[in-house]
Amino acid sequence: MAELAVKTDKNNDETDRIKEEPRGLRVKPITNGTVIDHIAGGQALNVLKILGISGTTGATVSVVMNVESKKLGKKDIVKVEDRELREEELNKIALIAPAASINIIRNCKVIEKRPVDLPDEIVGVVRCQNPNCISNTHEPIKSRMLVKGKNPVVLRCLYCEQPLTERIAEYLI
Amino acid sequence: MKRHVLSMREFSKEEIDSVLDLAQSVEPLARGKKSSILAGKILALLFFEPSTRTRMSFETAMKRLGGSVINLGPAEGSSISKGESLADTVRVIGGYADALVIRHPKEGSARLASQFSPVPVLNAGDGAGHHPTQTLLDLYTIRKESRLENLHIALVGDLKYGRTVHSLAYALSLYGADITLVSPPALRMPDPIKSDLSSKGTIVRETSDLGEVIDNVDVLYMTRIQRERFPDPVEYQKVASSYRITPESLANSRENLIIMHPLPRVDEISPSVDDTAHARYFQQSFYGVPVRMALLKMLMGGDQVG
Repeated sequence: MAELAVKTDKNNDETDRIKEEPRGLRVKPITNGTVIDHIAGGQALNVLKILGISGTTGATVSVVMNVESKKLGKKDIVKVEDRELREEELNKIALIAPAASINIIRNCKVIEKRPVDLPDEIVGVVRCQNPNCISNTHEPIKSRMLVKGKNPVVLRCLYCEQPLTERIAEYLI
Repeated sequence: MKRHVLSMREFSKEEIDSVLDLAQSVEPLARGKKSSILAGKILALLFFEPSTRTRMSFETAMKRLGGSVINLGPAEGSSISKGESLADTVRVIGGYADALVIRHPKEGSARLASQFSPVPVLNAGDGAGHHPTQTLLDLYTIRKESRLENLHIALVGDLKYGRTVHSLAYALSLYGADITLVSPPALRMPDPIKSDLSSKGTIVRETSDLGEVIDNVDVLYMTRIQRERFPDPVEYQKVASSYRITPESLANSRENLIIMHPLPRVDEISPSVDDTAHARYFQQSFYGVPVRMALLKMLMGGDQVG
């Protein structure tokens, strides 16, 4: 399978980027919105889950999964049209896609491109894996995970202090 | 100044020393000298699971300081059985009292309580999580009856599930202790806790043979091995008897060896050890009172710590 967006660093025009694709368009370029590139292969739906984007949110969303990538082997791409996602929303996806890059598109131009950077605390996104943790009961609180390591990702529950390092996607709320 | 006492991890060595110093200064009051330091103050005891010594020792500590105590009472008859959240319970009772002591079966419950309580919260055990006042009284006992610096201690028994030994080992690492872990293979201390200790420069050894270490340590810290951890009763009997302290097993121990136990004990320490010069577990239990008095004074009486 051909790789999308091979020269993103040199071309900041979404239309130009798609022209690089040798076998034609898989997903058409967007005019305005957010493109999340370099998501680890197979994680695109979890990225949408973290961002709270479902079929009912109304946004036009394109998802490309498991395309070849020189950097990642296989990668996913998510395009959300007409919505510029905020930095703090996007940084949460570093939980499962630490190599992801964010492109904000306006009038077909990439006006901002940056990597994701995990914040120091993740609130209400990942539940604690300890079944006996108070955060897994009916208390009026959101889960709170302190980020103790970014590569690899190491989380620690603020409440019971149990670490979470593997299979983080399984604990997404 | 500390507002809550939730976990030993939040205490620096200097803060621990301040609490122990304060405990030392109030110890005469714990022995019955009259005091009205916390007169007019109310401590609420919220025990969501049974406890005898921790609850009574907090109650004693508060009363020795001239304060009074209110109790949650049996959970069955209270708002809890009607499905009230811990957050609401804490907000309501925090309005009646000047501080809350909480024991709850869920890990992290004391931290949650601290987020909703208008008054200081003391964690008296949250599931398999923390029990910081136990650790502080253990440290106080070691400091009074042995020494905290350059200590060689053996932690013995159930090191896998015993929350007491996890936070004690952590606190001792702040003092550069040399720690030997003695347990049956099935009840070894979890790896993340051991690597945390080693990363702090603590010397940690591990063995399943108590006889190997008993003659070479300053402190033997015994814990109960629970029958229910072993599916096979024969195996349990075998393990339990190999971790039993008797006067004979202490024949070649150091003269100044002290033996501690968080109590209640079952068979780990023969009653005939009680009369030896090594036994300190009843003093240890008493020291819970001055240590908890120090914490209550610190949280309600304006004493600075650290």
